[in-house]
Amino acid sequence: MINLTINDQKISVPAGSTVLDAAKKLNINIPTLCNHPDLCIAGNCRVCLVEQKGARTLIAACAMPVAEGMDIHTNTLKVRNARKHVVELLLSEHRSDCTKCYKNQKCELQSLANEFAFGDTIFLDLVEDHPYEIDRSSPSFIKDDSKCIRCQRCVRTCSELQYISAIAVANKGAHQKISSFHDRPMSHVVCTNCGQCVNRCPTGALVEKTYIDQVWDAIYDPDKHVVVQTAPAVRVALGEDLGYDPGERVTGKMVTALRQLGFDSVLDTDFSADLTIMEEGTELLTRLKKALVDGDKKISFPMFTSCSPGWIKFIEHKYPEFLPNLSTCKSPQQMFGALAKTYFAQKRKIDPSKIVSVSVMPCTAKKYEADRPEMRDSGYKDIDYVLTTRELAVMIKQAGINFKNLEPSHYDSIMGDSTGAAVIFGATGGVMEAALRTAYEIVTGREVPFNNLNITPVRGMEGVKEATIKIEGCTDDWKFLEGAELKTAIAHGLTNANKIMRLVRQGKSPYHFVEIMACPGGCIGGGGQPIPTSMEIRKNRMKAIYSEDEHMILRKSHENPDVIAIYSDFLGKPNSHKAHELLHTHYVEREQY
Amino acid sequence: MENNTGLNKVDLIFEKIDPKEVLTKAFEMTNEQIIQEVLESGLKGRGGAGFPTGLKWKYTASEKDPDKYIVCNADEGEPGTFKDREILDRVSYKVYGGMAIASKAIGAKNGIVYLRGEYRFLLPQLMRELELFHKMIDEIGYDFRIRYCMGSGAYICGEESALFESIQGDRGEPRNKPPYPTTSGVFYKPTSINNVETLVTVMEIIKHGAKTYNQLGTKDSRGSKVFSVSGDTPTPGIFELELGMTVQQFVNEFGDGDTKAVQVGGASGFCVPRKKFNETIIGFEGVPTGGSMKLFNSSRSMYNVLHNYLDFFAEESCGQCTPCRVGCQQLLKGVQNVKKGDVKSTYLNELVKLADTMKVASKCGLGQSVGNAFRTIVENFREEIIY
Repeated sequence: MINLTINDQKISVPAGSTVLDAAKKLNINIPTLCNHPDLCIAGNCRVCLVEQKGARTLIAACAMPVAEGMDIHTNTLKVRNARKHVVELLLSEHRSDCTKCYKNQKCELQSLANEFAFGDTIFLDLVEDHPYEIDRSSPSFIKDDSKCIRCQRCVRTCSELQYISAIAVANKGAHQKISSFHDRPMSHVVCTNCGQCVNRCPTGALVEKTYIDQVWDAIYDPDKHVVVQTAPAVRVALGEDLGYDPGERVTGKMVTALRQLGFDSVLDTDFSADLTIMEEGTELLTRLKKALVDGDKKISFPMFTSCSPGWIKFIEHKYPEFLPNLSTCKSPQQMFGALAKTYFAQKRKIDPSKIVSVSVMPCTAKKYEADRPEMRDSGYKDIDYVLTTRELAVMIKQAGINFKNLEPSHYDSIMGDSTGAAVIFGATGGVMEAALRTAYEIVTGREVPFNNLNITPVRGMEGVKEATIKIEGCTDDWKFLEGAELKTAIAHGLTNANKIMRLVRQGKSPYHFVEIMACPGGCIGGGGQPIPTSMEIRKNRMKAIYSEDEHMILRKSHENPDVIAIYSDFLGKPNSHKAHELLHTHYVEREQY
Repeated sequence: MENNTGLNKVDLIFEKIDPKEVLTKAFEMTNEQIIQEVLESGLKGRGGAGFPTGLKWKYTASEKDPDKYIVCNADEGEPGTFKDREILDRVSYKVYGGMAIASKAIGAKNGIVYLRGEYRFLLPQLMRELELFHKMIDEIGYDFRIRYCMGSGAYICGEESALFESIQGDRGEPRNKPPYPTTSGVFYKPTSINNVETLVTVMEIIKHGAKTYNQLGTKDSRGSKVFSVSGDTPTPGIFELELGMTVQQFVNEFGDGDTKAVQVGGASGFCVPRKKFNETIIGFEGVPTGGSMKLFNSSRSMYNVLHNYLDFFAEESCGQCTPCRVGCQQLLKGVQNVKKGDVKSTYLNELVKLADTMKVASKCGLGQSVGNAFRTIVENFREEIIY
């Protein structure tokens, strides 16, 4: 342990801790900006400067390891003056159109300005000296360099968490900027649209592209029937933007709020998540059968899940030779979209051309996915608008709804029923667990041999998880699987996905079935979720997801009554011709840079 | 030899010596003995920062990791400095020799010379000489290899940790310190990084002995140093001088009779005005320099001089830390606006405060030293900045 004093208070912390860590233990607040709990230390914004007795310069608390006998002061005149200068300097290169900014009152620079830089501006405006252009090319997010303060959180996110480096630092000095490969528009570089950078940008330099106005227009168009679906991970995070602590489940209130906003049908992506399990589980078993019984050499393993559009774009760019290994299932959002304008329209006797299909997602990549040309199997654009969890919170506020006082209510029927298996899609390992609950039962006629259906080996925040399920007591149809060990792996965050893909490329993957989610923690940590994010926040959301599952009466996808109904009334059986037409898709190889 | 200006010209750096003899002598010493000798010589780094060379080696030697490096910083980028180019051109074998001695002292098997991009024209010759050097140490039976790594013209890559990043193929940006290079340098291995001239000086210290060497200079600034003299002087060029002279003595020798200021230490150094020539010693007790000595006579506008430096820094800051990236732009735009009369002349006071913040708040030596020239020029030539 290392002993030091901060503001004359003694503290002992483990070696390797930073001055910032030590200050936190003493409940001494040191402002930070470039620092982020998910990322490596940068030490470049210099907001966290503190004074160390005997040191020639001030030191950055976030980057300075503690040393025995350090005497730190966090609130001297020298420190305050330097911090004020640093914040004023950042403001001078930041286009401060705060009242019109999407991040107004949610901006970390604004908070610091409020604390350190009120009153007369000291420095000259530098924004006008730079030829900034706003990059709106991505369907998922907007990059506005005039609001960028070069903290490089986005750069570190993209390289450390996602192994992409779609954005990186270019040029030096006054011309330094966060740029893309050859300064191309974001729509034309290797970017997965995951939005993790958006989640960590302290200012309005990176924000999701909003479709709030379009959705309001549709809601108020008497000619349109607006259908909304909400993804599993939204219900455990939306509360954070509406005054709740992380980890609060607000499913029922959210449904009521959506009705009050004026959506004509309030439905659940969980329904199509259950449907995904039916389709994907069947696909896995069919692939196993083709490979093991029919000896089909074209079938290769592992089979990868395909729910995460960020992951899909990653593999399309980086490992295109393994596209045949991807499940052909569309994501739950897109299955829902294809059915909303076919099955749902028929059932409800609504002209599909009058349906506007909106989804609320924890994700920015879903905005991109909805725009893919493949996603028009209903004859229309299957999903018209994708909102993030954050955008929904904005709409609820715009409508003046007192969210906390809402009475909870239930989703509409037809594509509104769901099971616990669908809910856990929102957490890393959830798709795997849901698939195993159903597939195991199809093959053996019995429930998975785990206490209360909780397949704990696939749960948790470990970057890469592995689980082997021994299949025993198969029914006659599946005798060829008797005694087999189904080897699975789960990765979340594309850096972890890349670890598995490297094994696969080297031919060293022992796996049959691999679940990959682009974002840390899975969808609960998605790029469209409330800001801020951290491991602690994601763990709370994850806990809420599993508690939601435990509270459901039905916890296996194949028991969902709406799913049973759609197969008997419309699709026939899983992987049927019609199911293939509407619920499955194909992928394209994309350029590597 | 004492001459009438009170300024001693010395000939150690470019002195022709037998490297084999010096190296043989060095290799017969233990690494502790070498470090002790260099410590006793009082040698401080000749790149400008002036860290005691012996201490740097001692720290590196004490690291347990057997994989260590000696890096020669030949990214001579300080405006007005051109002495390393001359040293490499004329006595590169002494640079290599100094690296070999350092490698023995710290326990490194590999050396890297990081050469300024603009000096690429020297490379064929340097490589030929390196080949001869490798042959020579093979004959002595000493296991050590040097390779070259080229810079690409960024001033910041002369900062040691940015230089390591550059060698590693990454963006040349300074790292957070600690850890210092002696613990985690190039490839995150214990590294001693020394300036070209420092390494040559080590050869001379081993040859002549620390006791002889430290008779030159003063208590805080031992030995002699190569100066790059430029500006308004009838005799521009490279001169090796004993440390400890005053600016006045220097101006007496190199001035044109009308010197109003000397910029000591380049853009990151200090501007000494005529009225302070007598009281200012060139060295670590006064104004330190990596060698750059630029003389300005009364025909020069100090506004232009300052503008030029600020323009340089606004361009050459790596851009990662706020005080340096934005501060340099503010200082530049600030003096421009003062000159144009767009802001009041008292705005200079705000800018001086900013320069002071940059000195204590910036991440590396670049941002920390921008204030040196700014403060000394604005304080001493305020009227030239305003009118």
